Amino acid sequence: MTDPSIQAVELTKCYNSFCALSGLNLRLEGAKCVGFLGPNGAGKTTALKMLTGMIRPTRGKALINGIDVQENKKAALSTCGALIETPEIYPALSVKEALMMVAEIRGVPSTVRKDAVMKAIAEVKMEEWIDTKCGKLSKGMKQRVNLAAALVSDPIIMLLDEPSSGLDPRGMAEVREIVKGLKKKDRLIFMSSHLLGEVTEICDEVAILDHGKLLAYDKLERLTSALAVGNTKECEASFSRDLGSDALKEIASIEGVTGLELVEPKRLILRLEGGNEAQERALAKIAGLGVGLIAFRPSSSALEETYLRLVKDSR
Amino acid sequence: MGGPGERTRGADATGRSIPGSASQLKTIAKYELMNYIRTRRFYVLLTITLIMSGLLTAVVALYQPAGFLSSPLGFYSSWWGMAATYILILSGIFFGGDAISGEFQNKTGYFLVVNPVKRSTIYAGKWVAAFIASLAIFSAFVAVTVANGAYYFGLDVPYQFGLSLAFSVLYLMSILGVTFFFSAIFKSASISILVTAILFLFAFSLTQTLVSNLAQMEPWFLITYGAEVIGNVLKDPYPTHIVTVQLGRVTFTTYNAPILNGVAIMAAYFVICAALGLVIFERRDFS
Repeated sequence: MTDPSIQAVELTKCYNSFCALSGLNLRLEGAKCVGFLGPNGAGKTTALKMLTGMIRPTRGKALINGIDVQENKKAALSTCGALIETPEIYPALSVKEALMMVAEIRGVPSTVRKDAVMKAIAEVKMEEWIDTKCGKLSKGMKQRVNLAAALVSDPIIMLLDEPSSGLDPRGMAEVREIVKGLKKKDRLIFMSSHLLGEVTEICDEVAILDHGKLLAYDKLERLTSALAVGNTKECEASFSRDLGSDALKEIASIEGVTGLELVEPKRLILRLEGGNEAQERALAKIAGLGVGLIAFRPSSSALEETYLRLVKDSR
Repeated sequence: MGGPGERTRGADATGRSIPGSASQLKTIAKYELMNYIRTRRFYVLLTITLIMSGLLTAVVALYQPAGFLSSPLGFYSSWWGMAATYILILSGIFFGGDAISGEFQNKTGYFLVVNPVKRSTIYAGKWVAAFIASLAIFSAFVAVTVANGAYYFGLDVPYQFGLSLAFSVLYLMSILGVTFFFSAIFKSASISILVTAILFLFAFSLTQTLVSNLAQMEPWFLITYGAEVIGNVLKDPYPTHIVTVQLGRVTFTTYNAPILNGVAIMAAYFVICAALGLVIFERRDFS
């Protein structure tokens, strides 16, 4: 079995003289989570809609696992779950019935269909509403059901268009956990979002789009490093215990650390100067301090900085 | 670069494959039908049908009109001819008017279309559901009709009633073909419902009258003209094709579609409109 893949080849969508997407070339392959970023109207949803056969490209091809979505949508989407915008669900169907319909369409065998539906409902925490008519659900609840519909057949590829849209903070956190769970199951996830913190936390790679054109596509760290101001990198460190003032002083004194910001008692934003080697040394020293370092990653503000610079440059 | 021939996975993580289009059509029709029969509009239409049936039952019982009670054929002709086509038209508008446009306007299409299912399967599944829901409403009217017929004339149901019933089903198919076509054209559900209602309740009949009497031309291109076979088949003898009445200097011409012509007109409307609607639905963007 080859790796799952999503590919856009010269993918273009024009409405008269306005092009929502211009010659997008992008190939995502293997199990990972790719964030799809861009300002409103950049063409993210347009690209995702062409990948799911919701709109027809003016030019170019959208391929899922090498199969052209326009030529053979059924085969192309057979392994792909998708949530595009915020769909409405047939109002007179209950949550369970709506998901049973999707499970049936997607070929989940009748012997395990009920279990698959219950599992998807549990995953989006909708057990309490299982028999409620979809027409009576709030927007956030509907979005949970939509996410469950995308998950119900346990697809290999997930296309998610702002999956946290309409959800409360708890719902957003739950969506992040669901996507993290999918990553653990070796799925290929392509997810558009405006929440840079969410993207930083979940995604391995990032594609940035503006004015219908791809500005960058790379690993998150590489992208933020490449576009960092001078040789400075902003990272986020999480600790198992609260950081006292002594610990902060010690960290601040480490060579290469040019700035500190304690955002929470156990979370710190660090500005590191120097190349990878200098940063590696600084990180080793922090770990050696015995202050309970448990996680270290590029900060969402680093991504924000990168994103804003790229988008600004493209205008 | 990959192509259709390079398909490596035909199934999801569990290795299962996607059902055939016929099976998916059945699934979509089943859940659409569940959705239809739980909606208020289904019960509104059922109530209208039962009120119409009840009124007819009461009028015939109270006034014993000669036209109704002269013979079994006369009974079915009078009863059927008055209401059957209106119920069919209303059903078509209620269940088909926004069947496709609603998918765009209400965004319910976003829930279905992202799945591995052909748009033609969705279209056909929705059509079958609308057809069955309409047929359920129509069956209520048929049941009351036959019950009244049996009360006055026993179970001596004339064979022409069977033919009329068959033509009614064909008419329902063609109405739904037309309503689905207009529903596929418009993105607004209310506009598609309004257009089909105006066409079937006024425009077609008015055009037919104008074309027949003013242009003295057979309105062979109108679905309502073809549908006249539903009532005409219950008349004995079957009305002649062209009837001219001279009133002073003015000649009025009435055309009656022969059975084969009527069937052909309805079948043509069904096939052409359903196919055009499908092509439009296949090509429309969910944007």
